[in-house]
Amino acid sequence: MQTYKAPLRDMRFVLHELHDSAALTHLKGLEDVSPELMDSILEEAAKLAEEVLLPTNAVGDEIGCVLENGVVRTPKGFKEAYDTFRTGGWTSLASDPAYGGQGLPESLNKLVEEMICSANLAFSLYPGLTHGAYQAIASHASDELKDRYLPKMVDGTWSGTMCLTEAHCGTDLGMLRTRAVPQTDGSYLVSGSKIFISAGEHDLTENIIHLVLARLPDAPKGTRGISLFLVPKFIPSADGRPGPRNGVVCTALEHKMGIKGSATCQLLFEDATGWLVGEPNKGLATMFTMMNSERLSVGIQGLGAAETSYQSAVAYARDRIQGRSLSGAKSADKAADPIIVHPDVRRMLLTIRAYTEGCRALGGWVARELDEMERSNDPDARKRAEDFTALMTPVVKALFTDLGFEATNIGMQVYGGHGYIRDHGMEQLVRDARISMIYEGTNGIQALDLVGRKLPQGAGRMLRTFFHPVSEFIEKNSAHPVLGEMVKGFSKAFGALQLATGQVASAGMADPEEAGAAATEYLRLFGLVALGFMWARSAVIAVEKLAKPDADAPFYKAKLTTARFYMERILPQVGGLLVAIKAGKGAMMEMDEAAF
Amino acid sequence: MKIIVPVKRVVDYNVKVRVKSDGSGIETAGVKMSMNPFDEIAVEEAVRLKEKGVATEIIAVSMGVAQCAETIRTALAMGADRGILVESDADLQPLAVAKLLKAIVDQEQPQLVILGKQAIDDDMSATGQMLAALLGWAQGTFASKINIEGDTATVTREVDGGLETVDLKLPAIVTTDLRLNEPRYASLPNIMKARKKPIANMKPADLGVDVTPRLTVIKVSEPPKRKAGQKVGSVAELVSKLRTEAKVI
Ligand SMILES: Cc1cc2nc3c(=O)[nH]c(=O)nc-3n(C[C@H](O)[C@H](O)[C@H](O)COP(=O)(O)OP(=O)(O)OC[C@H]3O[C@@H](n4cnc5c(N)ncnc54)[C@H](O)[C@@H]3O)c2cc1C
Ligand SMILES: Cc1cc2nc3c(=O)[nH]c(=O)nc-3n(C[C@H](O)[C@H](O)[C@H](O)COP(=O)(O)OP(=O)(O)OC[C@H]3O[C@@H](n4cnc5c(N)ncnc54)[C@H](O)[C@@H]3O)c2cc1C
Repeated sequence: MQTYKAPLRDMRFVLHELHDSAALTHLKGLEDVSPELMDSILEEAAKLAEEVLLPTNAVGDEIGCVLENGVVRTPKGFKEAYDTFRTGGWTSLASDPAYGGQGLPESLNKLVEEMICSANLAFSLYPGLTHGAYQAIASHASDELKDRYLPKMVDGTWSGTMCLTEAHCGTDLGMLRTRAVPQTDGSYLVSGSKIFISAGEHDLTENIIHLVLARLPDAPKGTRGISLFLVPKFIPSADGRPGPRNGVVCTALEHKMGIKGSATCQLLFEDATGWLVGEPNKGLATMFTMMNSERLSVGIQGLGAAETSYQSAVAYARDRIQGRSLSGAKSADKAADPIIVHPDVRRMLLTIRAYTEGCRALGGWVARELDEMERSNDPDARKRAEDFTALMTPVVKALFTDLGFEATNIGMQVYGGHGYIRDHGMEQLVRDARISMIYEGTNGIQALDLVGRKLPQGAGRMLRTFFHPVSEFIEKNSAHPVLGEMVKGFSKAFGALQLATGQVASAGMADPEEAGAAATEYLRLFGLVALGFMWARSAVIAVEKLAKPDADAPFYKAKLTTARFYMERILPQVGGLLVAIKAGKGAMMEMDEAAF
Repeated sequence: MKIIVPVKRVVDYNVKVRVKSDGSGIETAGVKMSMNPFDEIAVEEAVRLKEKGVATEIIAVSMGVAQCAETIRTALAMGADRGILVESDADLQPLAVAKLLKAIVDQEQPQLVILGKQAIDDDMSATGQMLAALLGWAQGTFASKINIEGDTATVTREVDGGLETVDLKLPAIVTTDLRLNEPRYASLPNIMKARKKPIANMKPADLGVDVTPRLTVIKVSEPPKRKAGQKVGSVAELVSKLRTEAKVI
């Protein structure tokens, strides 16, 4: 069984101290959202994650979902956990009050999402996809559809799905074949088969609302001929209750590596009644409106799994005795010392911690800018926030999930052989975290998005939303009395990012394959510098706080030490990445295809 | 029927408590604070009585530093209607708290005060009993069941020998034991609504109570470390060790 207590102290640090939550009250709709309110919400969410969701995690993995006669049963305990979650109003947290939502900011929502992912990643997909579908409908559907579907999706009695993938197309959706034929009453008949559809069929809610990408009869080829349709499992009758069964069935469940409590379904649509959402042939744009927020959420899945792995590994490392400390016995009364004394074990634990706290800080920044983008009264601030979140989206999605997976793998290593066998739940975390690198756009595609779309935008306009605050910080703190050295090291890494950016931009302009070849390393370099920025800023705050009496000294000292570990032991990796980027596509593209 | 539920802000039950290096008390800087778990049970019971139509209003009362308002908010999120904060930076000992509560009871005239049987920080188990004595009311301590009929509260008490049932004439004092109920999770909408519920703020002086400590803390120290266990080879060895070494049989 995994160990997990929501890291509330660090969450409060990120929310209030690093990203100034008190200023959120200047944003539209957040006038009453005080730091105290957010704290009490985090505390209650923590209880739910620790006491209701975590106990279903291992069972969910063991049993998985079962398909019988077209009906999918979620693992034992999921339904009860979902009901507690739903009746507690948690599905409504970030939704519009017009549809029964609580209208709370993303800054808070993403922290609650992290807790849910830490406690049970498979479970998180059900409310997660509902919220994704909610956002697409809320932004683009007709008022009639909104009024009919949103209140029940917000209160969680109905859930949602996103049906994009087909057997022959995942990344390249331009090839998709599902069709939609218009009917005289304004509805459409949708036919085709989808695969890999998360939460496509299950027993948690009384209705499931599918958002389906399909082609109209006269649609142009490729991505410009895709439209989005709302297809309910049960067609609501006039009184709003689920009515007749629609033409969509689950034909199989995918057998998969992890997140076994999440039903990943093959769905067959046969003349299923649906309604158009948004404009015809603009389906991809409609579906991806809320992409920045959703990709951050998937990134947070990696972070969530990493946090649980960390806490479990620390508990184990304190308890497990093996070998003697190299500096002399630490527990002389015992046959050996706890493994937490060993430098290599400390390396492992600190690496995960530097990742989780760094990612939480960076995720908090992006979430905060999502709030600015949606709610600021100042159009310039909105535009800048939009640029920033667009730039950072591929970075946080790919970086958090890559590091999250690596972190769970390290956590397992701390357990030695006991991590590899199933009893402790450490290998489950590895398996569960792995998918986040693949769905919601593979991490390779995220890297292409960063170098191909985000870098060139408006001659580096997006890039400046990140580079400017970093330069300002370095200028202000390079002579910092305590952290001068640390800031100097960080400034060097930032220099590497600037060089790499120049390299990718110029080589990529001349030859797009060069950009493609550099993309993954460039994204990692970018991400490590972004985490470095968060660590440097956190360190500055920690020094300020430690100078005050009555400080929470253990917390800030640990912050400082972890910042130092990150700067000394992880950030220097940017040097190697820069070398790789400069090497270009040469060896990669030179290899004869037949020689692979 | 009006119910008063006092709620105390204590170090969270998950926190491993550390003694301050000078032995003057325990470390609270940066430590997570929460509502005393027995008080949560008290709030839950009051809310259930309200849901059954027995109670009409629930008042959550807390005494101590300004942050106790957050503890009151927690009670409001669970279903209490309004709060009273008696703000004081003094070390509030059970008798002072009982006197403050008496003053509030005199003002509010509730039929029932439900308290936790003890607070998990100092485990005094005194406030409820003192309050009953000051008011001259009946008391049912360590309750595992409460039933209200007319002007009688029937309380099942957990006592050393098992269970004891007492009938109390209202108004009365009840203190809660662990098995009385399982407190609910506050729902998100109720947490939001709790922000809008009123909390009256007063000082001990407003209630005419002198809260000067009567007890002196001489020294706080950690309990002795537990000794390592022993593995025994047989039942006979176990019995012999219990007899000769542990001297418990
Ligand atoms: C558990 C699970 C749940 C899922 N849930 C959903 C869901 O709810 N809804 C949904 O619609 N889909 C879902 N998916 C599908 C998921 O989004 C796709 O698997 C993903 O988009 C990748 O598509 P693919 O599997 O077809 O891989 P492919 O597109 O075939 O990619 C294979 C490899 O080629 C690389 N690649 C592809 N094109 C390029 C390119 N142009 N340049 C460089 N590299 C490229 C990719 O990065 C990848 O490494 C889910 C998948 C899984 C496994
Ligand atoms: C599938 C499987 C098959 C196996 N097959 C066999 C078999 O056939 N025969 C057999 O005898 N065993 C077998 N093993 C056991 C395996 O060899 C041990 O699990 C392995 O040696 C690690 O020991 P441990 O699990 O006790 O971990 P621990 O020794 O407790 O190590 C835990 C962690 O602490 C670290 N650590 C421990 N001591 C130190 C130190 N002094 N300095 C720094 N770091 C330290 C380790 O690197 C590890 O990360 C098997 C294990 C598995 C999972």
